[in-house]
Amino acid sequence: MIEVEHLTKRYGDLTAIEDLSFTVHQGEILGFLGPNGAGKTTTMRILSGYMPPSAGTARVAGYDLSESSLEVRRRIGYLPETVPLYPEMTVSAYLEYMAALRGVTRPDRAARDAMEACGIADRHDTLIGKLSKGYRQRVGLAQALIHDPEVLILDEPTIGLDPRQIIEVRNLIKSLGGRRTIILSTHILPEASQVCERVMIINKGRLVAEDTPERLTARLRGAQQLAVQVARPARETLSVLESIPGVLRVHEQEIGRYEIESALDGDPRPRIAEAIVQHGWGLLELRPVGMSLEEIFLTLTTEDAAEPAGQAPAQAAPAPRRQGGKAR
Amino acid sequence: MRNTWLIARRELASYFTSPIAYAVTAVFLVVAGYLFWVILYYSREATMRYLFYNVTTLLLLVGPALTMRLVAEERRTGTIELLLTSPVRDGEVIAGKFLAALGLWALMLAMTLVYPLLLKLLGNPDLGPIASGYLGLLLAGGAVLALGVIASTVTSNQVIAALVAFGLSLLLWLTDALQGIASGTLGSFFSYLSMSTHFYDFAKGVIDTKDVLFFLSLIFGALFVATRLLEARRWKL
Repeated sequence: MIEVEHLTKRYGDLTAIEDLSFTVHQGEILGFLGPNGAGKTTTMRILSGYMPPSAGTARVAGYDLSESSLEVRRRIGYLPETVPLYPEMTVSAYLEYMAALRGVTRPDRAARDAMEACGIADRHDTLIGKLSKGYRQRVGLAQALIHDPEVLILDEPTIGLDPRQIIEVRNLIKSLGGRRTIILSTHILPEASQVCERVMIINKGRLVAEDTPERLTARLRGAQQLAVQVARPARETLSVLESIPGVLRVHEQEIGRYEIESALDGDPRPRIAEAIVQHGWGLLELRPVGMSLEEIFLTLTTEDAAEPAGQAPAQAAPAPRRQGGKAR
Repeated sequence: MRNTWLIARRELASYFTSPIAYAVTAVFLVVAGYLFWVILYYSREATMRYLFYNVTTLLLLVGPALTMRLVAEERRTGTIELLLTSPVRDGEVIAGKFLAALGLWALMLAMTLVYPLLLKLLGNPDLGPIASGYLGLLLAGGAVLALGVIASTVTSNQVIAALVAFGLSLLLWLTDALQGIASGTLGSFFSYLSMSTHFYDFAKGVIDTKDVLFFLSLIFGALFVATRLLEARRWKL
């Protein structure tokens, strides 16, 4: 659906993005992660047709961005970082205007549907300037959806929302995936792992890692961690756990609580559960402890900066050591 | 064409939801009314010729006030991103904005139609020169507004946009002053370039195709330049 090849954007001496290549498949939700100033917004602005790249090509829905910009723009819904709203218009007038500009045949109906989908129907007659931040963000989202575009580009869609609104917007985005192709940028990392099927981490305008959130986590650690808690630990619990095939190391954190490091291939969880139940220790908890995306993010974005350019992404980054389950 | 109309309609509506349209119209009508009365009091002539000359001065001040926010404001608030990522040509954006400003100017001129009506009640004015004068004001207004659109496209600061618009219009209004300095072809070129030269005929009651063409090409030329500038701004974002 979206094919980006060797995209580069320079502002004078500053290189915002350099040689960025990636593809997004139809119906996929791709998360764009990176620290502020990494080039997320620049990439999204180029893909939305707002500004041309310095070099490289991008194709959206089969149309080349530089050759048929209008065709691409017809198929894209875009929510910029600063939500573009006219404060002097009412919500419904604004949405009808946007629908008409995008060539929708029945702007009034499209506006109604979009307001319904974004939960702002109760404010259709309110001036946008009088809306709260959360409502404005959702009006912006409604604007991006209004012409039922094949591709949605959302730049920090949940910024400035309260926790409940964030959950609502995330659910809305998830429900939009499948039919539509979505690229969203965020620097809220749990958001990326919750909403996105695939995550791209960019830093200083370069792609540093790209995979599913789960695989990214696993690949970077080189091992998988499990937290185990039993009700009645015995003296031999530690040695029994260590002897289970697939278990690399067991670390007793406190009495009855263990952190188990296991190989990536072959899940030892069934065997661990079995052993604990057999010995009658009373299994309380057995859960995988993923390295949080925060840690991956920090690893990639700080170590990449110190290393020379041109390294292989992701795999080259050394696995950080995890200490006592605390986030670094 | 449809997009142009959509943008023009929104822009015109937004004039009236902000105080700008009311303030500018009020100032314009008060000053124009005062001029009308003073001129009538002293000249005792049922003509609007002198008023037309004076209204052009007013136009040089009012025009930039109407155009200064057109593109600059969208750039400042970020809504320009919305327009430029919609399936709308840059030329349609510029044309829509220009038409909104021209619409408001036409409305302001329409409100001064009470003056010829008063003249008709009080005396026996020649309606021909009045009609041609209004046409001239509409065309000259279009030119000043088109120059204002250029100014609004190059900056996100409304004050700068207004000042640049005023400067451009004033210079193009007064190039005929150079006629005395440069002689021959160059002198007549400067005279030709001047908006005031072309406006005088309209005020006198003469509709010359050359004058109409001058203003129309100035309008289209300025809108073309504005479109190119908007496109160029994409590259420099």
